[in-house]
This record gives sequence, C-alpha cells and structure tokens, in this order.
Amino acid sequence: MSVLIYTEHQDGKFKKNSLEAISYGVTLANQSGAAAFALVVGNTTASLSDLGKYGVNKVFHVAADHAHLSDTKFMSALIAQVATEQNITTTVFSNTLSAKGIAPRVAVRLKAGMIAGAVALPDLSNGFAVKKNVFSGKAVTDIKVLTTNKVITLNANAFEIKETGGSAEVVNLNISLPSSTITIKAVNKTAGEIPLAEAERVISGGRGLKGPENWGMIEELAKLTGAATACSRAVADAHWRPHHEHVGQTGLAVSPNLYFAVGISGAIQHLAGVNRSKTIVVINKDPEAPFFKAADYGIVGDAFEVMPKIIQAVKDLG
Amino acid sequence: MKILVCISRTPDTTAKIAFTDNNTKFATDGVQWIINPYDEWYALVRAIELKEKDASVTLHLINVGNADTEPIIRKALALGGDEAIRVNTDIQDPFFIASQIAHVAKEGGYDLIMTGKETIDHNGSSIGAMVAELLDTNYISLATKLDIESGKALVSREIEGGEEIAESPLPLTLSCQKGMAEARIPNMRGIMAARTKPLKVVEPVQSDCYTETINFLLPPPKAGVKLIPADNPELLVKLLREEAKVI
Ligand SMILES: Cc1cc2nc3c(=O)[nH]c(=O)nc-3n(C[C@H](O)[C@H](O)[C@H](O)COP(=O)(O)OP(=O)(O)OC[C@H]3O[C@@H](n4cnc5c(N)ncnc54)[C@H](O)[C@@H]3O)c2cc1C
Ligand SMILES: Nc1ncnc2c1ncn2[C@@H]1O[C@H](COP(=O)(O)O)[C@@H](O)[C@H]1O
Repeated sequence: MSVLIYTEHQDGKFKKNSLEAISYGVTLANQSGAAAFALVVGNTTASLSDLGKYGVNKVFHVAADHAHLSDTKFMSALIAQVATEQNITTTVFSNTLSAKGIAPRVAVRLKAGMIAGAVALPDLSNGFAVKKNVFSGKAVTDIKVLTTNKVITLNANAFEIKETGGSAEVVNLNISLPSSTITIKAVNKTAGEIPLAEAERVISGGRGLKGPENWGMIEELAKLTGAATACSRAVADAHWRPHHEHVGQTGLAVSPNLYFAVGISGAIQHLAGVNRSKTIVVINKDPEAPFFKAADYGIVGDAFEVMPKIIQAVKDLG
Repeated sequence: MKILVCISRTPDTTAKIAFTDNNTKFATDGVQWIINPYDEWYALVRAIELKEKDASVTLHLINVGNADTEPIIRKALALGGDEAIRVNTDIQDPFFIASQIAHVAKEGGYDLIMTGKETIDHNGSSIGAMVAELLDTNYISLATKLDIESGKALVSREIEGGEEIAESPLPLTLSCQKGMAEARIPNMRGIMAARTKPLKVVEPVQSDCYTETINFLLPPPKAGVKLIPADNPELLVKLLREEAKVI
C-alpha cells in the first residue's frame, strides 16, 4: 500500500517541484493509512533526514554515479526495483523534464497504469481516478487507473508544499545496479537563470517589443520579482530569444502563480501553454488583443511607456 | 539503418474543444485533423533529413488508429518516408498504443524509433518511453538535435536550465522537439508520390489497458479582466501585491 516519491536534487538542494511531489505523496498515503517513503538517488550535500519534515517516514538512498541519473533505462530499472522490494503500490514523481523519460518506463516495468501530469489528488471514492490536463490546457480529464500499481507524475505548482516538522530515518539501499550504455559528452548550463519550468513567476515578451534589444525591461522586471523570462513562438522563431524560452502549445507549458505578458497578442496556441497560470497580467496597446479575454489584470497601453513605470513601482515596494 | 517514426493524429491547434455524450467524448464535428506538430515538424522531418544524407536509410511511419487517420498518414508520406503501417484499432490508453508500436518495431528490427515530444491532445509525453521499455532500448526524451556517427546516436536534449549531449548505441528510442529540424511543406511531387507509397494495415495484438478515461471537463471561464488605466501602472503593482498576492 505504500507510496514512494522519487526526489530529485540539484546543486546540493532538493528540487522545489520534488518537495511538492512529496507533499502530494504524503497526503495520499495519509488518506489510506499507508506509509510514504522518499527515494533519493546519487550523492548530494542536502540533508536526507530533513525530508522528514515534509512527512515521509523513511528516506531510501541509493548511491549512483551522477552521470547515470539521466539514463532512463538505468534509472527506471533502479526505481522499479526499489518499488518492488519495498512493496510500493503508488510511485510519485514531479513531472519534470527528467521524469518524462523515466516514469513511463517505471510504469511499464511495474505493470502500472500511469497518470502523466496530475493536477489533483486521486479521487478514491470509486476506484482511483486522477485529474490531468488535456488538449494543451484547454480541458481537464478524469482518468481511472485500473491496475494495482500506479505511477503518477505531478505537474509543477499543482500542489502546495506542506511542512509538518520531524525527521526521517535514512536507509541506504544496496541495489545491484544495472549497467549504463549512455555516455554524457557535455552539459551546457544557461547559468544564473531561474528555470522556466519551475518558476513561480514568469515575465514574457512578444513581437510587440519590436526587437531583442528591448528585452532589458523584461529582464529587469524578472530580476526584481524573482521571475523567469519567457517569450512567444514568433519571438523565438525570429531568434530574438533562445528556443527554451518559448511557451505555448508547441513550446513549454507553464503554470506559474504569475504570468506577465508584454506585447503578446494571445493567439490560441500561445494561450494553450499558459492558461493554467493562477494570475495572468497582459500589457498590450491593442484593446482588441485576444489575450485580454484570458487575463486577470490588464493595461491597454504602450509597453515602452508602461513598463518603466511598473519597474519603478516594484522598486518602490522595496 | 531502419527508422520508424510514430505519427499521431490530433485536432488542429485552433479547433474548438468541446465534449459530447455526457462529457465522455471529444466533439469531432467540424474539427480539422492534423499530424501532431511535434511528430511532423521534428521527428518526421529530421528522419527525412537523415535519409536525404544517407540513401541506404529505410524510413517507415507508424500510426495506431482507425481508418479515419489515413488522410494524415498520406500527408506524412507526402513529406517523405518509404511506407507507412497503420495498426487498425480505435485508440485506447497509452500503454495499449505503446504495446502496438513496440510489437511492430520488434518485428521490423528498427535501429531508431522516433516520437514527438507529446501529443497536443492527450499531453502524455509518455508513449515513447513506454515503447523503449517494451523494447528494452535506451530512451532519450525531449531531443533537440540528433546525428548518427559511426553507428551511434549523438543527441542533445533539454534539461532543466540547459542542455545535455549524450551518445547512445543503437537501437535507440527518442522523443523529438523544437530544434531537431525546421518544418516543411509537402510539394506537388511528394503529394503525388505519397498516393502510391505502401500503406499497410495490420491488426492489433492483444494488450491490456491500464487506464480508462472517465470524462472531460472544460475549465471554468475567467471572471473577466480588471483593466487598469495606462496612466496609473502603479495601481497594477499594488493590486498584484495586495489583492493577487503574487509579487
Ligand atoms: C500549429 C501552431 C502552433 C503554434 N504554437 C505556438 C506556441 O507554442 N507559442 C506561441 O506563442 N505561438 C504559437 N503559434 C503562433 C501563434 O499563432 C502566434 O503567431 C504567435 O503566438 C504570435 O506571437 P506574438 O503574440 O509575439 O506576436 P503578434 O501576434 O504579432 O502580437 C504582437 C502583439 O503586440 C502588441 N503590441 C505591438 N506593439 C506594442 C507596444 N508598443 N506595446 C504593447 N503592445 C504592443 C500588438 O497589439 C500585438 O497584440 C503557433 C501557431 C501554429 C499554427
Ligand atoms: N496513436 C498513435 N499512433 C502512433 N504514434 C503515436 C500515437 N499516439 C502517440 N504517438 C506517439 O507518441 C508520442 C507521445 O505521445 P503522448 O505520450 O500521448 O504525449 C507522440 O508525439 C507520437 O509520436
């Protein structure tokens, strides 16, 4: 009956989205009187027992070469083995870029039905049904898992982190590690930026900004508010901004607490990637821009006049 | 080298999303169908480029779906590829689809199996990894670049806050996204050629379904935008701090 939460770490810290997954898994376990365990793979300077304060009973740790963490075959074999040995029925991941490669493989190994991108706790009133977004955020569906074993990947910002206090027992597991045939040749980091997928706030610019030289105000507001920067596809296609900033139907889907769009028209394909954001702000000089229909707050005005005043007002907040 | 590209059919990106039969079925009336953009623009076009570079490459397409999907399979063949295989079944849960693809892939002995990053209707981002597991191959997701060098795949993929470049032996399954290739439009010659390319129809193999869709829901409409006068942007900042509590 137990719940296992695969917990990712980076640079000596547990990922925020993984802590959301832990809170989700712990809440689910509590609903059915089961135990919740975290699984950490690879070495980190973060304190494993600290994960107890989010309510897990134990933290399993498997030492592994850092380069293997992105090998989906290696990782899925490892996680499935832990799940089997520990009598896990539900394995929870945060729906991160790396989980997308690992979780479905774990599901196949465990003969588990999978919910890819859950947005709520399972409804246990009639079996095990979980809500997920479909049609690129334009609808939600309830999917029933028919198997005893279950795998869930939880969307970012879909569940609140809950600290209950406490400390967990750390258990080092000795797993006969599978071999890896993938060689990592290089890792290129875009240093210093807040990763878009994890961001709680996103400041985004569109073609209305006229050219890449005008992104200073987007970056400044992002810096002041601790936000990540994003853009429309038109902007990425014009190479004003890097591809990984492109949000929408064919880019990244984001669901931050604040999505702040400047000079973006709000085409349906753009909205598909951002319409799950909690609060949407739109700055556009055209009152007919479709984005206003999807917004919570808006200013009809010229971004070049409005943005400097907004930046000043945020600075004044201190 | 043999490549298999997985093609799915999705409603056009501007299609109206609505449901019938007590919210249990997608309302298909008046819907235009397209090849899932990630499958077409990135997986298929990159596979075609690999074939253009090396004429010995065999390129097959696969779709799991009923006869309604044939127009988009022909459209894909108009872009390129030697032949297509359609597994004749209504689409069911992801594991079922993956099992069908894996079965065909195993029989065909492919070196490279390419999927899109995700379907824009189901948004699972999971079928490629399931196929890889069923075939016991390596799997690299969210690939932005792919080259084949001396029988090995060199792949760049998106990771949080950057990219990773990995080398994998074949066979390999990978999911493709922006960066892999530039979208193409089929030309007249391609469209004519597609008409006579083989489109094999095979029956599905037995497979379980691990999940079942119960119903669909449209999100509640937004309450409406609160407009702030352009000469008072300070008010916006105040509202974001005090009312929305997001900054
Ligand atoms: C299959 C398909 C998939 C797609 N996927 C995506 C996707 O994933 N993401 C995406 O973004 N797009 C996507 N698109 C493209 C989409 O349809 C739009 O073309 C694109 O989003 C437009 O980008 P934009 O809003 O930056 O530019 P525009 O549509 O040109 O809008 C610019 C806006 O800026 C405003 N503006 C101009 N000057 C100013 C000023 N001084 N101050 C304030 N406002 C100003 C204008 O009023 C206008 O509303 C897709 C299209 C297709 C067909
Ligand atoms: N019915 C299908 N037939 C063939 N390939 C499919 C089908 N459904 C999904 N795929 C492939 O699997 C990828 C991921 O789909 P999904 O897991 O639904 O997001 C798609 O981009 C396609 O390449």
